[in-house]
Amino acid sequence: MARAQQDYDDIPGTFVFDAERSRQGYGINMFCMSLMKDENRKAFKANEAGYLKKFNLSPAQTDAILKRDYNRMLELGGNIYFTAKLGATDGHSFQHLAALMTGSSQQDYAAMMLAGGRSVEGNRSRSGKDKPAKSKSKSKPKSSAKRK
Amino acid sequence: MARIVAGVGSSHVPAIGAALDNGRTEEPYWKRVFSGFEKSKQWMANTKPDVAIVVYNDHASAFSVEMIPTFALGCAAEFPPADEGWGPRPVPVLKGHPALAAHIAQSVILDEFDLTVVNKMEVDHGLTVPMNLLFGTPREWPCQVIPLAVNVVMYPPPTGHRCYMLGKAIRKAVESYPEDLKVVIFGTGGLSHQISGPRAGLINSKWDKSFLDNLTKDPKKLTRIPHIDYMREAGAEGIEMVMWLIMRGALDDKVDEVYRFYTVPASNTAVGHIILENRRKTASKDKRAPAAKSRQAAARKAAQRIASKGR
Repeated sequence: MARAQQDYDDIPGTFVFDAERSRQGYGINMFCMSLMKDENRKAFKANEAGYLKKFNLSPAQTDAILKRDYNRMLELGGNIYFTAKLGATDGHSFQHLAALMTGSSQQDYAAMMLAGGRSVEGNRSRSGKDKPAKSKSKSKPKSSAKRK
Repeated sequence: MARIVAGVGSSHVPAIGAALDNGRTEEPYWKRVFSGFEKSKQWMANTKPDVAIVVYNDHASAFSVEMIPTFALGCAAEFPPADEGWGPRPVPVLKGHPALAAHIAQSVILDEFDLTVVNKMEVDHGLTVPMNLLFGTPREWPCQVIPLAVNVVMYPPPTGHRCYMLGKAIRKAVESYPEDLKVVIFGTGGLSHQISGPRAGLINSKWDKSFLDNLTKDPKKLTRIPHIDYMREAGAEGIEMVMWLIMRGALDDKVDEVYRFYTVPASNTAVGHIILENRRKTASKDKRAPAAKSRQAAARKAAQRIASKGR
């Protein structure tokens, strides 16, 4: 069944982990949770595809995990707090994953955060509803963060 | 009678815990963050609560996707720090207050907030980082702790309004507990941040400032913010901010903002912090004061009238 359209699907660059994705991604997230145990991390690293067979994943989910396609994992029901455990198993910092998901180098991502983060301007809406939510801010549009 | 004297809002960024645990607090990047909590630690040392109710969320530590309770109240005698993949944080085990927690559970469930009672639970950085920020790194925590875990990981979390009303129910429960206890309530998480997907790194300082302003002055306005606005404006994970409304609901309508701190970034997150005090200690005095003042003013006017007539 196709995923029902939700108001938050309009937010760009965002896969909201909702009840539907939670259902769909149960296997991905339980797989990631299993990586909290050292013996499981070793078993996974020894034979990734074999280990994944235990989790009733769809071929697309298995593929996303094997390719470390973190955005695709989120799209198919993975949750970031869970998929971060896969990143840690690979020995990566969270910032490495964030850079990967945003398609930038870790250096550029770190520099963006130090400079105040990604501005919300131009990042609110896919459909062009790019103005502040009503009643929140009456004053003029702004530059994003004020301090480094 | 037990009473809630103050509310504390604080981000719970995991990297803050890692900086503490790895002795990096003096690095300029982290010093900027920790320096904002120096006054708060002093305030907390002076306030000396008996119990802290800490509203927080679990991050795939105590709860996986096998069970996702919307509100889970920790009623155990103690709560060990969870192993989040690098071994448990080296912080003391948190001592609960099972009697008050059970009393709160009974009271708020009969008030139609159907929360989950948890008698065994480990707590992750969502709870332990704000504890460190406000209490420092003691050998033993100086007060008992009642954790209230809120689901903000799977959409939809409870609405801001629901959170605010739960805060009110918690206050009622605390105030019907016979023992004299001084209680502080924490709302944790946020402020703006997104750590997932291509939009990760989003920060919205203007939103955050407005949220903090309204938290003090007009929390009811915040209770009307729909989830989509939090996610669009403050990032997919910024929706954690609804937890602050439980804290705010447990306080007086009018509060004194005694401290605020805000900095960007800690890791991927805007760090927000606020301390709000109830005015109740002096409420009776405050009520008398305006009446007394107006009586004095009337007397002055009368005196002037008499004086001018006399001339």
